[in-house]
Amino acid sequence: MLEACGLASPDELFSHLPEAVRLKRPLELPPGISEYEIVDYFRRRAAENANGYASFLGAGVYHHFRPVLVDAVVSRGEFLTSYTPYQAEISQGTLTAIFEFQTMICQLTGMDVANASMYDGSTAVPEAVSMAVRATGRRRALIARSVHPEYREVLATYARHQGMPVEEFGYLPDAGTVDLEDLEGKIDDLTAAVVVQSPNFFGLVDQVKAAAEIAHRRGALLVVVFTEAVSLGLLEPPADADIVAGELQSFAISPSYGGPFAGIIATREKFIRQMPGRLVGQTTDSRGNRAFCLTLSTREQHIRREKATSNICTNQALIALMATVFMTVYGKRGLRELAEQNLAKAHYLAAKLKPRFTAPFFNEFVVRAANPDAVNRSLLRKKIIGGLPLARFYPELSDCLLLCATEMSRRADMDAVAEVLA
Amino acid sequence: MISKVRPHLSQNEPLLFERSSPGKVAYQLPALDVLPVDPVAILGVDNVRSEIPDFPEVSEVEAIRHFTRLSTWNYAIDHGMYPLGSCTMKYNPRINELVARLEGLAWAHPYQPEALAQGCMEVMARLEAALAEISGMDAVTLQPAAGAHGELTGILLIRALLEKRGNPRKKILIPDSAHGTNPASAAIAGYAVASIPSSATGVLDVAALAQLVDQDVAALMVTNPNTLGVFEENIIQAAGILHAKGAMLYMDGANMNALVGIARPGDFGVDVLHLNLHKTFSTPHGGGGPGAGPVAVKKPFEPFLPVPRLKRSGRKWAWNYRRKHSIGRVRAFYGNFGVLVRALAYILAHGGPGLRNATVDAVLNAVYIRKRLEPYFDLPYASPNMHEVVFSDERQAKLGVRTGDLAKRLIDYGFHPYTVSFPLIVHGALMIEPTETEGKLELDQFVEAMISIAKEVETDPQLVKNAPYGTRTSRVDEVTAARKPVLRWKPA
Repeated sequence: MLEACGLASPDELFSHLPEAVRLKRPLELPPGISEYEIVDYFRRRAAENANGYASFLGAGVYHHFRPVLVDAVVSRGEFLTSYTPYQAEISQGTLTAIFEFQTMICQLTGMDVANASMYDGSTAVPEAVSMAVRATGRRRALIARSVHPEYREVLATYARHQGMPVEEFGYLPDAGTVDLEDLEGKIDDLTAAVVVQSPNFFGLVDQVKAAAEIAHRRGALLVVVFTEAVSLGLLEPPADADIVAGELQSFAISPSYGGPFAGIIATREKFIRQMPGRLVGQTTDSRGNRAFCLTLSTREQHIRREKATSNICTNQALIALMATVFMTVYGKRGLRELAEQNLAKAHYLAAKLKPRFTAPFFNEFVVRAANPDAVNRSLLRKKIIGGLPLARFYPELSDCLLLCATEMSRRADMDAVAEVLA
Repeated sequence: MISKVRPHLSQNEPLLFERSSPGKVAYQLPALDVLPVDPVAILGVDNVRSEIPDFPEVSEVEAIRHFTRLSTWNYAIDHGMYPLGSCTMKYNPRINELVARLEGLAWAHPYQPEALAQGCMEVMARLEAALAEISGMDAVTLQPAAGAHGELTGILLIRALLEKRGNPRKKILIPDSAHGTNPASAAIAGYAVASIPSSATGVLDVAALAQLVDQDVAALMVTNPNTLGVFEENIIQAAGILHAKGAMLYMDGANMNALVGIARPGDFGVDVLHLNLHKTFSTPHGGGGPGAGPVAVKKPFEPFLPVPRLKRSGRKWAWNYRRKHSIGRVRAFYGNFGVLVRALAYILAHGGPGLRNATVDAVLNAVYIRKRLEPYFDLPYASPNMHEVVFSDERQAKLGVRTGDLAKRLIDYGFHPYTVSFPLIVHGALMIEPTETEGKLELDQFVEAMISIAKEVETDPQLVKNAPYGTRTSRVDEVTAARKPVLRWKPA
């Protein structure tokens, strides 16, 4: 090949690079290793992590069983090793699956339209707020303190330089749901978006309807966030929302130390053109057969550049496919039963303890512990990872733990947690 | 003459909602080991939904067949060459998939105690160090989820440093050959965007740059090699011009596959750059994602990197959240960890010498394609190319056949099309990036297909304009899709 290119040596391929830019030494990285050695390296790293522990951590990342069909499907090279489906004629597999994904997200959330995925739930929040800013022509956002603290931090980073002032409103000290009076006091005619989460960070079913009424009365949009998608199998969908920004990690996406996950944005028909990210639409091919393609791309960065609705390009397609397979496997009956099992497990555990808040909760709840770290240390001795100490995010809850139980929580482990906390 | 493929049957398959029948299930749950509860009693009647309307109801066999049939409608790297310029569609080693699924890594919760997450943190630390060495930069954040997310992070870092120095400035300069994400990211970071025209040779016009850089310019965002696959030969001068005026050089690392082991951005004046692990470092594109877009910076930017940062605390790794100059978080948790694992596996497999060899092969493959196709297609820029080559459809357009048509015809020859109509500075661009993955056999089949299509244009242009013929789906009506959007299935 060198010869065909008229080159005497591979180095000539780079002879046009200025001398000063060329690296004159080998990279200081060890030589390559074999498959066996790579597996061995990562097995040893995996062994340095928690292994064989029961866990009661939730807080945005949940331990749910992953049906085996999920990896069987996403491991197929046709899905795994294909690019973004710009060439519709040879991408109908991915396009059809995304269309099904969009449909199922609409069915779950009660929205009219959903996009093909965002990076994760946390980045979906600023995208939703930006949508509201464009749709209302206003710039201010109010976000509940009961929204995942790291999601709020991400919103702050994004909003800071876009002239989108963000203010927080509180939660009720006893109920743990949004403080509607505080919201009433802070909302004004410059407010574009009110952001609440349900189930909220404390696991509580929040006051979506009431927050929607307040937001709509002042001409603002309501953004509803969710982090525990399994709850949608049982809870009333956030149909009062204008935009839903959620995280699908619960749908067969392994915790994977925080990513990759898949976020979603779903909304009402009238805001379609304000949506960020890719959308798949139905059409026909030249023979009249049903076909799908990426559509409404004049919203997107590769067409609209600095005036695009978002800078997102690569999304989380394969992870969204995991969620699609999960939703297919569980289906109408299974998702409900799964959600009911989560509810039953969490309430079994909670019945032995005294939840800190009074509002109804799904599969997570806050409990008091005089010394949360000491509780967790004793649990670790029983090979149990306890709850999340809330001091880091909520100084006023420094004597509290956030506990989560799912269908994977064993009764014996829950009994052990209750014993240590009692 | 089509040698690589011949037609075979593909299964029809309805949408899940059309194949559902009431009562069918594909799931299994264990019997509850606690008492069942009454959702209405616990949650309140207003909070419990009725059934999810039209949600799928299929059996396990129907589910696996559904997705398997769909999968056969896709083209993939595993089928063959995927010469999408700028996308670096290289082979995705399966070892990466295996190690990312090891239980201790895949089931690590981001909030589990640091003492029980040392393996994850070590993987991240090792990857940070390897990427710093490869890029010649001083510090790396692994938090951004994709390239565009890395761009936003990088520009926020530049803003933070300039703000600290007293003036965040107003605009970002971006060459007209840049990816659309560049201006979109700059806008989110609060900057105006000014476009710089490329020179006649397709590189940065240094004289124009010198005129444009003033106290309002925060940075130049440049892709190197640029989207023509041409190395920005004046990059050191450009960095000098920017730095002399207090502005920064941002590099979009989308095309790092041309440079790994050959040249390091940190050595040619780059202040901040992002890498695309789903391009250069072999993590799968998965039909559009996930990716990872780590950002590498020079020392002065380190204090501003997103929280948390890894730090060594005795013999252990810890997360440091107390960094008062940080730009904050750009996403929850620490990054697309599973993608990071795959990228490190790729780096370990290749090692230093192997990474350099991959670069050599990637560039050689692109140069070979250029040599072979130059007689048949117009080459608008004669500058030496690196990992990709950009032709234009000028000759074929005279016969009414455009780059998009040529691309569709390529499908009939058994290849995924190249990147169509990008970069924008080339009218009717054909942007071809073979990557190091392809051997001579596949490259020759590709070259022969392109030559054959060029001849078809001359003898039977209509044949090319109506392609593809061999696919189960023929040309798709994208206009109607956009004009009357149908974005979800609804019952008839």
